Amino acid sequence: MGLMDMTALALAKKIRAGEVSAPEAARAALDQIKKLEGAVHAYVTVDEEGALKRAAEVQKKIEAGKLTGPLAGVPAAIKDNMCTKDLPTTCSSRILENFVPTYTAQAVQNLEAAGVVVLGKTNMDEFAMGSTTETSAYGVTRNPWNPEHVPGGSSGGSCAAVAANECSFALGSDTGGSIRQPSSFCGVTGIKPTYGTVSRYGLIAYGSSLDQIGPVAKDVSDCAAILEVIASYDEKDSTSIRREDCDFTAALKDDVKGMKIGIPRDYFGSGLDKEVKQAVLAAAEILREKGAEVEEFDLSLVEYAIPAYYTIASAEASSNLSRFDGIKYGYRAKEYEGLHQMYKKSRSEGFGAEVKRRIMLGSFVLSSGYYDAYYLKALRTKALIKQAFDRAFAKYDVILGPAAPATAPRLGESLSDPLQMYLGDIYTISANLAGIPGICVPCGKDGKGLPVGLQLLGDCFQEKKILRAAYSFECSRTYEAPALAGKAVE
Amino acid sequence: MAKQYETVIGLEVHVELATKTKIFCGCSTQFGGAPNTHTCPVCTGMPGSLPVLNKQVVEYALAVGLATNCQINQHCKFDRKNYFYPDNPQNYQISQLYLPICHDGGIEIETPAGKKIIGIHEIHMEEDAGKLIHDEWEDCSLVDFNRSGVPLIEIVSEPDMRSAEEVIAYLDKLRLIIQYLGASDCKLQEGSMRADVNLSVREVGTEKFGTRTEMKNLNSFKAIARAIGNERERQIDLLESGKAVVQETRRWDDTKEYSYAMRSKEDAQDYRYFPDPDLTPVYISDEWIARVRAAQPELRTEKLQRYKEEFAIPDYDAGILTSSKRLADLFEEATAICKKPKKVSNWLMGETLRLLKERGQEPEELRFSPENLAKLVELVDAGTVNNRVAKEVFEKIFTDDIDPEKYVEDHGLKAVSDEGALRGTIEAVIAANPQSVTDFKNGKEKAIGFLVGQTMKALKGKADPGTVNKILKETLSR
Repeated sequence: MGLMDMTALALAKKIRAGEVSAPEAARAALDQIKKLEGAVHAYVTVDEEGALKRAAEVQKKIEAGKLTGPLAGVPAAIKDNMCTKDLPTTCSSRILENFVPTYTAQAVQNLEAAGVVVLGKTNMDEFAMGSTTETSAYGVTRNPWNPEHVPGGSSGGSCAAVAANECSFALGSDTGGSIRQPSSFCGVTGIKPTYGTVSRYGLIAYGSSLDQIGPVAKDVSDCAAILEVIASYDEKDSTSIRREDCDFTAALKDDVKGMKIGIPRDYFGSGLDKEVKQAVLAAAEILREKGAEVEEFDLSLVEYAIPAYYTIASAEASSNLSRFDGIKYGYRAKEYEGLHQMYKKSRSEGFGAEVKRRIMLGSFVLSSGYYDAYYLKALRTKALIKQAFDRAFAKYDVILGPAAPATAPRLGESLSDPLQMYLGDIYTISANLAGIPGICVPCGKDGKGLPVGLQLLGDCFQEKKILRAAYSFECSRTYEAPALAGKAVE
Repeated sequence: MAKQYETVIGLEVHVELATKTKIFCGCSTQFGGAPNTHTCPVCTGMPGSLPVLNKQVVEYALAVGLATNCQINQHCKFDRKNYFYPDNPQNYQISQLYLPICHDGGIEIETPAGKKIIGIHEIHMEEDAGKLIHDEWEDCSLVDFNRSGVPLIEIVSEPDMRSAEEVIAYLDKLRLIIQYLGASDCKLQEGSMRADVNLSVREVGTEKFGTRTEMKNLNSFKAIARAIGNERERQIDLLESGKAVVQETRRWDDTKEYSYAMRSKEDAQDYRYFPDPDLTPVYISDEWIARVRAAQPELRTEKLQRYKEEFAIPDYDAGILTSSKRLADLFEEATAICKKPKKVSNWLMGETLRLLKERGQEPEELRFSPENLAKLVELVDAGTVNNRVAKEVFEKIFTDDIDPEKYVEDHGLKAVSDEGALRGTIEAVIAANPQSVTDFKNGKEKAIGFLVGQTMKALKGKADPGTVNKILKETLSR
């Protein structure tokens, strides 16, 4: 088994045992990147020199007994919307093409403190707006299972990099499903934690009230261990929550006896691909066989999630993205006359079509005369959706469903019809509106050989319940890497 | 017969709060650092940075709200005001629209017609912007973000004022309250207090308000008074000639005594306010309010009353002393040391105000310590220095806050009070000026003045002229 075929925890164990060094692990990842980037293009920036330097420093600390954690020495990739000091951070947008942050995001700092070696920054939909990673200004990322298909998005680069063994694990961010949906498309595991669990300081905001950073990895155990490291109360983030229950790995037990699992009928109606439905219900059956009590129920309000989400996220984005004006950093138009034109040309040239669409949508719903009719109504809808989940979690420990209505579409199929693309977020966005945690684990493949993901949702702060359910399910199968990733470099 | 018009005025007053750090980050609020040295990712709008509220800002806003009899929104929130301008690093200003911290208060002012309450519509917290500097040589504009994120409160009055005098009385009262609370130094010239004037006119007797304009760039009470007079006339002229007043923002140019339109209501921006998702609502508990209320210092009205009861000083003095927090503090602290209120008051009312006027300074700029003033009072009282020397020493205290005891000692300024030494010098002066002695004895009273002068000169001014005069007369009449 190659170093990059291993889970992050297994690789770290070998490094701690002295069988492999951190620089060797970093080198293996960099070699895999070199081998596959032409086909996959998961990264926007690869920091070979920096990664090797950091790996050497980490190795010294491991040998000196200063780094003993479960992830020390492991090479990882970071979605390109998290600030990394001295390493370009572009959000896959032209407007930040030359932007080098002066500080590192708190979640990444937590990883580095645990001895994780950052390899580089992964591709994404521009400013995390999209579901395919095709809106990136730096080219599409291809699905390692089939390069003719998208990896999903917006954390498509992170999920593809994990599937292609181009890193041991990655960080993604999830505003409306941006970790769970691409995890589903790429056959990897990803968690969106409860809002407030991971500091957003240094995460370039899309929809501030919905954004959460989370791990993407080969299995549930890795995800739990990574989440344990990145979760922290942060004074620099007012929405950060002080939690005493972040020992997520403690939940990893193959035991779902008596666990109450609800399957929302609303998630299995028209629009859901037959093969996806089959794979997800088969997964539910496995959990039932292991002793969980599984039943169907009506969640309600599902159809209102998409309009509420696009109203709130776009409104916040229209304001969050106004700082990109060509004045302080980032892209500035070459020729302009006067301040107004400088703004207009820099932003027109610097932002892509999807970003502009959402800035316009967001500006519209916030403008005077429309604020009450759209934005306030969306906020009320958000509160009602949270109440629907509260009712469900009064009965069930976990809600089970698909992560996406279908497997990964072909490249170029989605962008022509944005409304259709937005509908693809139907199973994931409610979790962001309600602030609850969700995990996506692979549960099979369709007839085209593309992965299907199983989504498990929990109540706020109940990551342990979904981790346990996901872990129990995972114990019934073995991790499968795409053929392309295979033959990883020793 | 010409129509009679009434002026209707409401004020929007911005006050920079005296916190050590900015409203949403830990950067210093100190004035005058090199450009962009008091900055961090938060106050320069770096991607990924997040605001964290400085609790002291809430504390000050709360104190001002309570002192101006406002209601407190115990669940208040911050909103984003979206507009593009280079001095605004995020291109939105964090302010309060929907739930400002204080509302529905008011303060009492004195008018020639008696007491009057000026209503306060609301007080909200917000952040200041950076500063644009145009470089003439390079023909480009540069931004300094040192002021970006400095905390402000905006105090919005009701349209309750009817004249420039009422406006000045309101501002004066407001300024004094805020200074007494220590929430700001409120310097108009330096911009730590800024007032925008909303003004309309209407025919006396009409209920409906006229169309108002907003006047900006008013840097002194005098400018405010001039701008009000000017704008009133401008609006009346328009109405008299059958034209309409346009709702617009105007900029006052005090050197030209003229205002010009900046933007009209038609090009008013849509700020697309919405609650800032990066900040959680602020909950102000009953305990918090009680604590701030209990910690409120004595305000001017109470202080004035106490001065009249506690110190034997004239009402006029008490009025002047309490008109500035700094003067009142100096008075109380120096008096506490030397127990001579009237004498301390004399120094403050006399020499201090004279020197301030001479230098064009405000009492808030006084830098000397009450200890040194008290020492000087003691020195004069003990006859260690005479009044002339004391004034000289006071100037040094005023400018350099020197220790008067040490200064008098070092410069040999002690009064010669030893009568033996005085007599010796006087004998010598008499011996050296026989003509004046003869003149005096022949009834020329003036000659004594010359002899006193000569004695003082010989003693380098360090004697009490009265004593010298007395001894001279005794000696000459022997």
